[in-house]
Amino acid sequence: MAAVTFVSHDGEKCEAPLDEGCSLMQVATNNAIAGIDGDCGGEAACGTCHVIVDPTWADKVGPSGPEEEEMLSMNPERQATSRLSCQIKVSESWDGLTVQLPEFQM
Amino acid sequence: MSTARAVVVGASHAGAQLVASLRQEGWSGEIVLVGDESVLPYQRPPLSKAYLAGKCSLKELAIRSEDFYAKQDIKRVAATVKEIDRSAAELVLGTGDRLAYDALALCTGAHPRRLRAEGADLDGVHYLRRSSDVERIREDTIPGRNAVIVGGGYIGLETAASLRALGLHVTVLEAADRVLERVSAPEVSTFFTRVHEHEGVDVRNNASVEALVGDRRVQGVVLASGESVPADLVIIGIGIEPSTELAEAAGLVVADGILIDAQARTSDPTIVAAGDCTSQDVPRYGRRIRLESVPSAVEQAKVAAATICERDKVIAALPWFWSDQYDLKLQIAGLNTGYDDVVLSGDPTRDHDFTCYYLRQGELVAADCVNRPRDFMTSKRLLAQRAAVDVAALTAKVAV
Ligand SMILES: Cc1cc2nc3c(=O)[nH]c(=O)nc-3n(C[C@H](O)[C@H](O)[C@H](O)COP(=O)(O)OP(=O)(O)OC[C@H]3O[C@@H](n4cnc5c(N)ncnc54)[C@H](O)[C@@H]3O)c2cc1C
Ligand code: FES
Repeated sequence: MAAVTFVSHDGEKCEAPLDEGCSLMQVATNNAIAGIDGDCGGEAACGTCHVIVDPTWADKVGPSGPEEEEMLSMNPERQATSRLSCQIKVSESWDGLTVQLPEFQM
Repeated sequence: MSTARAVVVGASHAGAQLVASLRQEGWSGEIVLVGDESVLPYQRPPLSKAYLAGKCSLKELAIRSEDFYAKQDIKRVAATVKEIDRSAAELVLGTGDRLAYDALALCTGAHPRRLRAEGADLDGVHYLRRSSDVERIREDTIPGRNAVIVGGGYIGLETAASLRALGLHVTVLEAADRVLERVSAPEVSTFFTRVHEHEGVDVRNNASVEALVGDRRVQGVVLASGESVPADLVIIGIGIEPSTELAEAAGLVVADGILIDAQARTSDPTIVAAGDCTSQDVPRYGRRIRLESVPSAVEQAKVAAATICERDKVIAALPWFWSDQYDLKLQIAGLNTGYDDVVLSGDPTRDHDFTCYYLRQGELVAADCVNRPRDFMTSKRLLAQRAAVDVAALTAKVAV
């Protein structure tokens, strides 16, 4: 089964299955990945689902939208490939996807 | 693995977070989540937004998948808890069964305040709190019909927007002299009134309901002024009351909510509580507050779980909230209690995006941000740091 790897700030790795049609935030919360809260349920309203996409995957996953960009812009841990994971619809064709978690969610 | 059993009463935002956090905090014993809604715990905010507008299914609203509970070994029980027998450390369920607990968390939430007016029990009169309420409302939302919404709070206004999208004629009746009166500055109320009127909603302030009329089914709403408004359906959104009956009957201290301390403990330190059913003394605001929001339910639930697991966590006193209406996203950081000044960035009488900052003695206490996610995130940070604000810098952003 296609899987995504979440890498915590301390470097700990956690795998979860990529369920087609789910958002990456849902994949994380459904699999008890620590460090992704998803407080607003995926409305791009809270900013507690921040992930940093592995640069080799950035093209496949795509860039952030304008609203998402504003939510991320003030984040001190923001990086070039930062995304709100609730705004990423995952695909089963993304087997091996790796994302890094920030130290803190805002 | 321990054989201790943690029982969580109420399976919604607070309950669903609490059981997940219990595992994260290392609870290795049994976990039982008891709730009286038989469906998987779901997101409530979309009920008045996307779900009412028919844009998503209940399945898509699940907070976590069915699989999650199975994998985390969390047992879900569909039942109503009738009584807490503290001396025996047991719950009495609606079925008559008893369920023993070693740790107990109350996440019983809230229920809509009932409208006390003649005719309030006619067919076609609805409240909006549960998915089953929306399913009933949807049977009545036929395009071209007249919908009357009683109460111009967030839920009332979101409902108005969703019903407009479904093609109904919508009237909002607000008893106060402006919508959102309880929660926001006049400038913000004026903005939302303008937007709703532009979308074709008839917003009436100072309109208190005298009676609902019709035989069997509602046909109209009579106002205190004597005026009558035609209605094929009525949705009542005049606030909520915390569901504290269980706690009260068990002798826990209840003061406009189950009173909890900074570690989510009730007056019985072996019982924790989280979510809309709680109230808490918050030093920062110098008073007791009861929050009605998902972020607060989630935060309190995380702390309650940590407390059960004997870890030291305290509730972060940084409330925030959001509301969607039409293409507007309102994000609110902080709590504007006791504000003595507002500063605007943008012009709410003209623009489609603006921020209203609330200050108290020069300190930022809250910000209402409309289509301004950046201002929201900035405010959240300023509030967390309790940093001194430079008012000129806040408003200068309009220029860019
Ligand atoms: C239409 C609507 C829109 C909203 N929009 C927003 C929004 O945009 N943003 C936001 O932050 N918040 C919003 N809210 C508020 C938010 O939904 C609540 O703050 C949140 O649901 C609180 O979660 P809770 O778990 O504390 O309580 P609840 O969601 O009220 O859940 C309590 C659960 O416990 C069950 N229960 C109660 N007593 C018992 C018992 N004795 N035995 C068994 N089960 C019991 C109840 O049936 C219920 O399922 C909205 C609410 C509504 C209704
Ligand atoms: S879950 Fe809230 S922004 Fe992604």
